[in-house]
Amino acid sequence: MSAYQSVPAAGGRLPLGRVRALARGQGVPIAAGTVVALVVLAAVFAPLLAPYDPNAVDPLAVSQGSSAAHWLGTDDTGRDILSRLLYGARPSLLAPALITLTAGLAGTALAVSAAWLGGWYDRVVSAFLDLVFGFPGLVLAVVGAAVFGAGLDIAVITLSLAYLPYIARVVRSAALRERALPYVSALGLLGLSGRRICLRHLLPNLLPLVLVQATTSFGYTMLDVAAFSFIGLGTQPPTAEWGLMVANGAPGIIAGQPEQSLYAGLVIVVFVIACNLLGSGLSRRLLGEDR
Amino acid sequence: MADAGAPAALEAAGLRKTYGDFVAVEDVGLSLAPGASLALVGESGSGKTTTARMIAGLEAPTAGTVRFDGRVLPGRRARTAVRGSFAGDVQMVFQDPYASLDRHQRVADSISEVLAHHTDLRGSALARRTAELLDQVGLTAGQARSLPRALSGGQRQRVAIARAVAVRPRVLVLDEAVAALDVSVQAQIVTLLRELREQSDTAYLFITHDLGIVQHICEDIAVMHRGRIIERGRTLSVLERPGAAYTRKLIDSVPRRGWTPKRGATA
Amino acid sequence: MNHMETPLLAFEGLHITLPVRGEHRAVVHRVDLTVPAGGAVGLVGESGSGKSLTARSVLRLLPPGARVGGDVRFDGASVTAMDAASLRALRGSGAAMIFQDPRAHINPLRTIGDFLTEGLVTTRGQRQGAATARATDLLREVGIADAPRRLRQRPAELSGGLLQRVMIAAALIGEPRLLLADEPTTALDVTTQAEVMAVIDEAREQRGLAMLFITHDLALAAAVCDSIAVMYAGSVVEQLPAARLHDASCHPYTRALLAARPDPGTGARPLRAIEGRPLSASEAGPGCAFAPRCPAARDLCTTDRPLPERTGDGRTACHFPLLAGADDAAPGTERTVRHG
Repeated sequence: MSAYQSVPAAGGRLPLGRVRALARGQGVPIAAGTVVALVVLAAVFAPLLAPYDPNAVDPLAVSQGSSAAHWLGTDDTGRDILSRLLYGARPSLLAPALITLTAGLAGTALAVSAAWLGGWYDRVVSAFLDLVFGFPGLVLAVVGAAVFGAGLDIAVITLSLAYLPYIARVVRSAALRERALPYVSALGLLGLSGRRICLRHLLPNLLPLVLVQATTSFGYTMLDVAAFSFIGLGTQPPTAEWGLMVANGAPGIIAGQPEQSLYAGLVIVVFVIACNLLGSGLSRRLLGEDR
Repeated sequence: MADAGAPAALEAAGLRKTYGDFVAVEDVGLSLAPGASLALVGESGSGKTTTARMIAGLEAPTAGTVRFDGRVLPGRRARTAVRGSFAGDVQMVFQDPYASLDRHQRVADSISEVLAHHTDLRGSALARRTAELLDQVGLTAGQARSLPRALSGGQRQRVAIARAVAVRPRVLVLDEAVAALDVSVQAQIVTLLRELREQSDTAYLFITHDLGIVQHICEDIAVMHRGRIIERGRTLSVLERPGAAYTRKLIDSVPRRGWTPKRGATA
Repeated sequence: MNHMETPLLAFEGLHITLPVRGEHRAVVHRVDLTVPAGGAVGLVGESGSGKSLTARSVLRLLPPGARVGGDVRFDGASVTAMDAASLRALRGSGAAMIFQDPRAHINPLRTIGDFLTEGLVTTRGQRQGAATARATDLLREVGIADAPRRLRQRPAELSGGLLQRVMIAAALIGEPRLLLADEPTTALDVTTQAEVMAVIDEAREQRGLAMLFITHDLALAAAVCDSIAVMYAGSVVEQLPAARLHDASCHPYTRALLAARPDPGTGARPLRAIEGRPLSASEAGPGCAFAPRCPAARDLCTTDRPLPERTGDGRTACHFPLLAGADDAAPGTERTVRHG
């Protein structure tokens, strides 16, 4: 006869076990969220944090490496790279934020109204979203710049349009599922108006999904905006912006001074990955245990 | 229970529903006097749920009419104001207790939202009536403040019932309303429904596949098979002396004391 | 069940915990139960009673992270201690499981024929022709007349009732000695249920198959099993011969369950509700798990968990078992039915 195996009543009593459980479950999203928050704070408090004026040229300290005076070195005109990264966070974050906000709001409105009203309106909206989905965001932005001229505002408008389907397609199918649930039928039978059901019941239930989609999209829009500036169509010099900094530093890479491109590129990569991880963490947390 | 001369609370005539070539419901007629209780019994695919959804106005009949107290039910796409005026005519309780409530709305709010929409009650009077309704279905004040996810299936079904009776409907359609519940909880909800009916004039249309439960809630029964009503009558007499062969088979298939499973015609 | 020989299946103090948010929670407290060779035991319980997990532990089909205490023995061999090869043998030809939802347990893209013959061809080395012939015979046996056509069809083309018959054929094809039937008819219509149960009954009789039948339906279990074990909140609270269920049940929960379940033949017998809701095993306190809902509960019931003891024909885990033949002591929940 086999003896009773001892079964501990509860796992994770030890502090180490706790930490491990935390890391397994929530650690990664928490770390990712911290990175995103730090970058946002850096952008807000850039004037307090930056040791130099981001546009101050110092002909005596051109293309220097790291030093006590310039922690991350200087660029080809002697501007402090750290200060430019801190100030550069502002346009680099603001444009993607505007794009995500616009695409999120408009996309959700389109998606919920299409799912609710159905019929020809839904077919038109879906066809439009499929059409836009076919164009890479950057291509759309370049076409916009070719027609209306370069500038970050063009990028914001065209990329907002390009990112509509990323939010709207997912939200629409979720809204269709939600709409088929009996509680929505029950509210309709109780005489509540379609607008009230959409705004007070469907929308709050879809919000976690919108948030998850927007978080992930935020990272990708930042990548697109940086690329747009990198090819010279977005932010114009001498304004500090990460994509532009990567471009500006490119000649330096060959000359053995990769600092500017490297640090700017690194910041972009870290931020985009952080957005992705935060998005998938939120998705598990907000969408996993919904019912 | 209903006097013979009273006008019908619900009068459905010649209901038919087709999906392409498939006929889901064919020539179904029903009449419910105020306070009456009719069970619509059938297996999956019998058309019982489609019939219920047509009567509630969730599905447009291909042919036929549904009248409440003489008024014809408008379609699903009717204007909100028109639809809203029928809220007092028909309400429905659904099978799945986990999807019948908005998961982000507190229990009390789901009741008071409906009350505020249909009555002049506001403020403390609204709160009092909400508490009264929840108390009537056996829920505590603590449960009223919680989100649906904190409640069991039976408790959620109580909320759904309270929400439906909040507008004092003429007809309450119960679509397999106890089918998803545990046996011991089923009896609670059946008892609750019976108590509620004694206190009001609401007529019940009880959609079920479960023959055993029918006699505990409905005086009358209609058996559906392949889209048609094949037998109807008083519940006890149909259960004791079924006329149709299919009804007999249905009754004989229910496990009970001394029952053994038998093979019918091979499929 | 008092034979000295080893029972085909034995649960010995089975205890199962599952990880829930970093903490292990009990889903099965204690199950002691035996299924003799050729016998049928009905394991009856409501949601959260742990009946399904008990059955799954026989094939070690528990969710990841589950911890098992006590033991499950199949033909004397400890299932918890089995190596991979013995476990495969057990799953292949010792015990076969039939699930509640056949559609979730069959590959929708493969034909019924592929599904049925795959095991015979790949693990037993049978020729495809022989395997197909065997599958055809089995489909006929479970009441599928046009077997050759069905073998070429895919799951989506079959109704739930037909698909469950296919699952029964699939379970029989490995010639097991034990059938684990986990609510095999719950998703089916009542007329289909009767036929599927009849098919299982006949197959068992012809082969001398033992069965552990999991269900929430006491009347159904009593009709197809020799013995009934009632589970509540992770423990078996009562066990007795199926034929004696209505007359000799002593546990207040079994009685209440019988009184709560209406059947169409009993005229105006009042329906009795059990207050509250079924607890899951992890919610059970130190006393009897049923005490909060029990009309006959006393102080002792809330502090001490009762152990199964002999009562008449069966075993009951209750401090104050109800005497056989006596009516329920549940006046508070009694309500009469009014018939219009």
